[in-house]
Amino acid sequence: MRRRLTPYLLILPGGLWLTVFFAVPIIMMLSFSLMEGNLIDGFAFTFHWQNYTEGLSTYGDKFARSLWYGLLATAACIALAYPAAYWIAFKAGRNKSTYLFLMLLPFFVSFILRTVSWKFVLADNGIVLGTLKDWGLLAQDFHVLGTTFAVICGLTYNFLPFMVLPIYVALEKIDHRLLEAAQDLYASRVQTFLRVVLPLSLPGVFAGVVMTFIPISADYVNADVLGGSGNVMIGNVIYLEYFNNSDYPMASALSFTLMGALLVGIFLYARLLGTKDVLEAAGR
Amino acid sequence: MNEINPLLRRGLTHRRDFLRLMGIGAVGMAAAACGVEGQGGKQNVTRSEVEKYWAGKTRTGKLNWANWVGYMEDDRATLKAFTKATGIEVTYKEVINENAEWFGKIDAPLRAKQSIGFDLMVMSNGIQLEQCRQLGYLVPLDHAKLPNFAANAGASFKNPSYDPDNTFTIPYTSGITGIAYNTKYVKEPITKWADLLDPKYEGKIGMMGDSQELGNVGMFLTGVDPEKSTPDDWAKAAAKLREQRPLVRKYYTQDYIEAVTKGDVWITMAWSGDAYSLAGPEVKFVIPEEGGTIWTDNLCIPSTAESPVDALELMNWLYDPRANATLTEYINYITPVPGTKEFIRQDADAASGEDKETLEALIESPLVYPTDADLAKLRRYRTLTQAEKEQYQSVFTPIPQGS
Repeated sequence: MRRRLTPYLLILPGGLWLTVFFAVPIIMMLSFSLMEGNLIDGFAFTFHWQNYTEGLSTYGDKFARSLWYGLLATAACIALAYPAAYWIAFKAGRNKSTYLFLMLLPFFVSFILRTVSWKFVLADNGIVLGTLKDWGLLAQDFHVLGTTFAVICGLTYNFLPFMVLPIYVALEKIDHRLLEAAQDLYASRVQTFLRVVLPLSLPGVFAGVVMTFIPISADYVNADVLGGSGNVMIGNVIYLEYFNNSDYPMASALSFTLMGALLVGIFLYARLLGTKDVLEAAGR
Repeated sequence: MNEINPLLRRGLTHRRDFLRLMGIGAVGMAAAACGVEGQGGKQNVTRSEVEKYWAGKTRTGKLNWANWVGYMEDDRATLKAFTKATGIEVTYKEVINENAEWFGKIDAPLRAKQSIGFDLMVMSNGIQLEQCRQLGYLVPLDHAKLPNFAANAGASFKNPSYDPDNTFTIPYTSGITGIAYNTKYVKEPITKWADLLDPKYEGKIGMMGDSQELGNVGMFLTGVDPEKSTPDDWAKAAAKLREQRPLVRKYYTQDYIEAVTKGDVWITMAWSGDAYSLAGPEVKFVIPEEGGTIWTDNLCIPSTAESPVDALELMNWLYDPRANATLTEYINYITPVPGTKEFIRQDADAASGEDKETLEALIESPLVYPTDADLAKLRRYRTLTQAEKEQYQSVFTPIPQGS
């Protein structure tokens, strides 16, 4: 009897935590998203679906931009993280953990602080651009701050470890005898990588994508600090609707639309990659 | 919304109910649980209500004050002087960056009648202060205990349109919204808002993202007094601002002053005090020809304050010209107490070298003691009703969002 209860007892603390801090607020938000009214006169539940349609028609381009930025930054994360994780897993030898630690070191500093320090590096007349301009290598009105490029850079930088770690873990687990076997069967290095290493590490990439794409698409700090007037992401709009306009129904509707869009995106991605790998990644 | 809905409690104990709840039941439950009652219309208070609030309230000897960044000397000299004079200990925190964000933080606890941890706060006149007034989030002031305010406040700081009879607020400091520009990059003098539409500054122009601040500039550009504007004027102003948008580098909240000092932007909308005390020496501030706005940051007591009597005592004390002079010497915004001028002059006479020069410049500065001619150029924010506010926001909010 006690044995049968054990799993439930073990799941209880986490389950309760999720119920209180996820389920309850999300149900409240769902109800808010269908309300109508304003702060002074109060909000009333009226099945006001227009919050969704209005939100989509007004801010559809911001949704598209957020997902697009999410894709770009996630791709950049993979491009930077995979080789690094590969090298640490296979070539770093005894010092693996040291290199991994060095990789994560910058992320011991607060998120905001790191984002703001990018502003100093990228300033129009700061150490980098200012110097290049003084040497005549760049036009005087060249700038990076306030452009899409700066936002993508910031997003990639801030979420990179969430890509490095899962890929590293996946690569780390690959049995080296498989690589030897591939070579015994006359596979070239490229073939070994494509046929053995890459498929075995894809679950890591999948986990990495889930862990980066979702927070990147919902981020608003990078667009706020590094972006300009043309880089507003949907997170910025949601923030504004909540705090500046106190339009809670609209903000909730936008949040749910974003959640829906992300779920659809991840689902499509999972289908594309095959369910088995996804389950494997989830099972880790 | 505070009480657990019975449906939910039942739903969690019976599996079938729970499943129902997860389905269509969720929406029904949410509907029952989460209508939010209106609380508007609390801005009208009678004398007896004021008396009723203050009856039996006594001094606690301590006070928590929430203020904006840069609004008190680094060594808190003014507060130390207050504690010395009255024995009231002040815990002072600079936790406010923006009215909207601050309102977002205090809305839920005040609505639930819970403490926000502060007995005194400073908010600018504008949409959020109006919301606080209407929702009953502010304590009506007992002016019988504010003799210094009656005696020493400048005429233009009494009975403001955003808070008739100073029912809930008295000014802490005032500032002007105008233009700041970096003379290192902009050689010809900037004199008017229209200069912010000059294509030769493309990508080097900063604007503020706040819908009221931004809207006001649109109004000035179309030749309308913001305080007297109509919805038609808003539409025209918005059109003008959209025209300007391709030239704008960024719509800022607070960090514009760093941007203009470093040269990331060359010309930007700016607040006078920031330009006076935070910007580099090459940054110049002007009140544009079309007009600038004057806004006021106000002292007010949140409805759940634990030491309202102490807060009121501090408010009164700050209107003592001697006490306020020390503060004004640090803040460099427009002080609501004109009598401070002679004390600052005394301090200047007593000081020497650079300190003396700084204080003398302060007395002469039109940004701290604006002349009548300057004041005549300045306009105020329009007070918006709830319906107007929604329309106003929908006209101007999308502009900095690029929609």
